[in-house]
Amino acid sequence: MRIVRKLPLLAAVSSACLVLAILGGRLLGEPGFATAFGAEDAVTLQGTGATFPAPLYQKWFTEYNKDHPNVQINYQALGSGAGIKQFQQHLVDFGASDAAMTDEEMAPVKEGVVLLPMTAGAIVLAYNLPDVTTELKLSRQAYVGIFLGKITSWNDPTITKANPGVSLPDTKITVVSRSDGSGTTFVFTSHLSAISDEWKNGPGPGKAVNFPVGVAGKGNPGVSALIKQTPGAIGYVEYGYAVQAKMPMALLENKSGKYLKADLNSGKDALASVQLPENRRAWVTDPANSDSYPIVTYTWLLCYKKYENPKTLDALKSVIKYGLTKGQSFSADLGYIPLPGDVIDADMKALDQIS
Amino acid sequence: MTPGQAEVVVDIGPAGEPSRSEMVPPGEFEISRPPSSQEVVGDRLFRGATLAVAWFTVILVGWIVVSIGRQAMPSIHAYGLHFLQGTVWDANRARFGILPAIVGTLYSSILGLAIGTVFGLAIAIFLSEHFLSSGLEAILRSFGPLEDSWLGSLPDKIENVLKVTIELLAAIPSVVYGLWGIFVVIPFVRPPCNWLHSHLGWIPIFGTGLSGPGLMPAALVLAIMVLPTITAISRDSLVAVPAKLREAAFGMGATRWEAILAIFVPTAATGIFGALILGFGRALGETMALAMLAGNSNVISWSLFSPANTLAALLANHFPEADQIEVGALMYAALVLLAITLIVNVVGTLILQHADAGLKGIR
Repeated sequence: MRIVRKLPLLAAVSSACLVLAILGGRLLGEPGFATAFGAEDAVTLQGTGATFPAPLYQKWFTEYNKDHPNVQINYQALGSGAGIKQFQQHLVDFGASDAAMTDEEMAPVKEGVVLLPMTAGAIVLAYNLPDVTTELKLSRQAYVGIFLGKITSWNDPTITKANPGVSLPDTKITVVSRSDGSGTTFVFTSHLSAISDEWKNGPGPGKAVNFPVGVAGKGNPGVSALIKQTPGAIGYVEYGYAVQAKMPMALLENKSGKYLKADLNSGKDALASVQLPENRRAWVTDPANSDSYPIVTYTWLLCYKKYENPKTLDALKSVIKYGLTKGQSFSADLGYIPLPGDVIDADMKALDQIS
Repeated sequence: MTPGQAEVVVDIGPAGEPSRSEMVPPGEFEISRPPSSQEVVGDRLFRGATLAVAWFTVILVGWIVVSIGRQAMPSIHAYGLHFLQGTVWDANRARFGILPAIVGTLYSSILGLAIGTVFGLAIAIFLSEHFLSSGLEAILRSFGPLEDSWLGSLPDKIENVLKVTIELLAAIPSVVYGLWGIFVVIPFVRPPCNWLHSHLGWIPIFGTGLSGPGLMPAALVLAIMVLPTITAISRDSLVAVPAKLREAAFGMGATRWEAILAIFVPTAATGIFGALILGFGRALGETMALAMLAGNSNVISWSLFSPANTLAALLANHFPEADQIEVGALMYAALVLLAITLIVNVVGTLILQHADAGLKGIR
């Protein structure tokens, strides 16, 4: 009975909506109105992929949309794996991944794939030791040992050796990893495999590996939350998330034995240590420069070599160009490393392959 | 038969329903007649439709099982029963085992259900046996006569508010429970859990400390999640205890507690048991909150404070990024979860039937 009494109201509201919709449709049909609202020549680009660069991409796409109201870009940060999968199935106009596609992954895409490194970022070890106020230094032996489950207490000699004068508590170490498959895990475990044979032959590199110890959270935010809530925890997260969550990050020992903090300079230096090959697929698993932060990665945009729709093609190219030029200036604020000049040049050249 | 009656019958036949209200004055008798062909067709259609929908559900369940089974086939062939005994989930090396997840699922569900049952049943008794009303009434009566004043209905209203509040717990999304668990429950239970570990660590169930996520916080949150189911259904079955039984119990001089524990609860036992089965089903399948709270760690431990993994959390965590082989393994895990819930439900139903048969005399 109650519903019945409300029926006239419902009818009134819905008919009002209908009238508005019709009016709106009419107005959109008018040329002047359409340009004002960007309906003329409207292009929508669909993209899916990594969560790691998502904040930066979203920023690019909204800023780009302000200048080019006719181009709408939907980017869904579902993860690198999902990005590659949907790209292979032609469900999207472009994909994104922290792990560049392998040759086998590219094989099913008939028209060919162009991989474009768009930005880069560092992966940090964030920790939760409320009583330790000085910045913690972790040697390579120490952080491999922690993630292998061999070092279980914060006052282990391997850790204290690198931190003279810091009184480390007897707290149990809780390792926090990613429970879902992720590009971040791939980059981190690739680095561990590069510096430790024991890791390489044990858990090994991969998007989801079998971590010997600890607990796991879903996504960068899940890991951040667990670290923040667990005294004695340590885990790997993308630099931007650690900054956002105001978590202390460990200084890591790089290849030449220097302890470095993740920041713009140490990240740039790490990128500079690796020459990008012709196919723009390079892993910075263990940069050799003395001022390089050790865990850094590029992240890629995946594009087809051929696009049927010329409008989509032009819009996509234009967006990518925007990201490579003006877009790079947003990187530092959001915790990403701007691309070196030669990488941008290589990307620009590669754009010509897309037609 | 009188001539008048015959006239009526003749008139109704061809004209159908509407004419009857004209023919039969209000307050008069109605005449029985065979259903019209329209009614027969409508009846048949309705019966057919309900039958089709009922079968559709059965077919749907079958279809789900079959399609999951088909996708799981390759990994059933590849891993066989080792899949159920393996303790490692390593997609990298294509080694899959779900024993820790099975143990974690059962352990957390049983623990959560046990805690939820204690509280849920207590609340159900409190609400159904008017403890609140009688207590409040005594207080209110001291202000003056209750009859004719709005105060008289106050206890019932408060009781109703309590009931609705508990039912509202069911409406909270499980991701919210998960967040609440991480930010509130874990820090809250950590000190007592670690105290237990350091003082009674020799008992296996206190064998490890609680650092962050683990079985205990997961089970506590699960208990709250199954609470509304258990409370609502138990309360309903307690309320439905026949009045003659209540009167007989009190008439024989039973105290309130004797009546509740020896008569009412056993009489309502089938309903309460049904509530537990439903709650257990919910706990087994609960995903998001457990993925956030259990720790997603493939550990088998007696300890209540150790991190663990559950089947549903395993599925949710690994699906988005899984490749072909891992998807097969995940489907296999899904099939196992389905089997566990099915077994629980079937066993529950059988026990219910058995218990019902024993209670036939009372109802």
